[in-house]
Amino acid sequence: MPLPDAERLCTVLADSMRPGLHPDTTLVGIHTGGVWVAERLHAALGLKTPLGCLDVSFYRDDFSRSGLHAQIKSSDMPFEVEDRPIVIVDDVLYTGRTIRAAMNEIFDYGRPARIDLSVLIDRGGRELPVCPRWTAQAMELGSDKNLQLERSEAGGLTLRLVDA
Amino acid sequence: MHNPQLNRNGALQHLLTIDGLPREILSDILDTAAPFTEVAEREVKKLPLLRGKSVFNLFFENSTRTRTTFEIAAKRLSADVINLNIGTSSASKGESLLDTVDNLCAMQADMFVVRHAVSGAPFLIAQHLAANGRDHIHVINAGDGRHAHPTQGLLDMYTIRHYKKDFTRLIVAIVGDVLHSRVARSQIGALTTLGVPEIRVIGPKTLIPADVDRLGVRVFHDMRAGLKDVDVVMMLRLQSERMQGALLPSPQEFFKYYGLTADKLCCARPDAIVMHPGPMNRGVEIDSAVADGQHAVILPQVTFGIAVRMAVMSMLAGT
Repeated sequence: MPLPDAERLCTVLADSMRPGLHPDTTLVGIHTGGVWVAERLHAALGLKTPLGCLDVSFYRDDFSRSGLHAQIKSSDMPFEVEDRPIVIVDDVLYTGRTIRAAMNEIFDYGRPARIDLSVLIDRGGRELPVCPRWTAQAMELGSDKNLQLERSEAGGLTLRLVDA
Repeated sequence: MHNPQLNRNGALQHLLTIDGLPREILSDILDTAAPFTEVAEREVKKLPLLRGKSVFNLFFENSTRTRTTFEIAAKRLSADVINLNIGTSSASKGESLLDTVDNLCAMQADMFVVRHAVSGAPFLIAQHLAANGRDHIHVINAGDGRHAHPTQGLLDMYTIRHYKKDFTRLIVAIVGDVLHSRVARSQIGALTTLGVPEIRVIGPKTLIPADVDRLGVRVFHDMRAGLKDVDVVMMLRLQSERMQGALLPSPQEFFKYYGLTADKLCCARPDAIVMHPGPMNRGVEIDSAVADGQHAVILPQVTFGIAVRMAVMSMLAGT
């Protein structure tokens, strides 16, 4: 199956978001792929607000089954969350559990004005009532496969299909 | 030999001592602690990792600071924390250590944080839990006799890595009452495992264990010579309460020869850091000017200690 071009999807996503942005809109990428996409969007949209990033490992709902994963990054939210419109950015949306964890984490920093969700790919398979406001592309993917965003040394983004 | 701290998969089941823990696990703990430091700056300083778990602080020996930092760490992880000052409770009524543990297991304990005056007490509890098939309960040693104080050793390593980045180029000096110090033993073990090429211990003959050089350290009785070119100065508390007999002429005499003053610190590298596990005896092992000076990282140690304890508790609870 030919995979879409991730760089092109970033452009598509930025174009679809542009009309709905507020001057205070602040992007928050989810480690790791979501942060790369958020960086692209931040530049493409010319946002003046700082960029946040979250590692949701501490809020995952499978901790009691699988413990902490190695190489947890620090979350970095260099702004006041209180009353701010926030857009969570992720590369691939699947069950929605990561987004649930991200929303819980954001509320530990304060009460945002609103939270929207922007994803490069929505692959279906939701297990929670999570719906993105912006999606660059939707595609059906079996539960035996995972879609991964990768970044080359030169900084180029590509999608890769791996076995789950 | 099987390490009682590790489970069948090689993951950390208990934290009893740094001795025998592979470098990968030590590095893993330090790596995991880093993102926990950021939690302290949030509006809500709480993570859900230990939600619904009960952590029992079993302190058979007093230690306000260690108990408090463990309590804060567990509470920031959303655990229920129960503090037992055993010195003033059942043990004084004659209950044995393992009976106390069995009773707390019957109250659905998930984790024990143990401080005991007898070396090996946390090991005994871990063995007892394993023998009774209670593998879901974890033990953390918060200081046992003269043996070990692994979370203190780990927070010291975290502090060193924070300021100095690379362990493999450092000269580290441990100064003072090494004889009575479980902290020193944990520090030497951790520094060695993490690849510090030169570890020195500095102190009077009466306060340095006779066989300490077997741990691979260089012994100095002259403080200025020992501090020459060191990157990290780790002071120890003079543990007068554990001293029996005439180990020292007087605290004043000790300060004269082994108290860290700005003048003596000049022998170390200009960017050296000064650490102390607390509580400090100002004017005995350390001069106020140094304790409050620009080289001191003593208060950051306390802050990092909470993150390190959160990391250890989370790693144990996740196995």
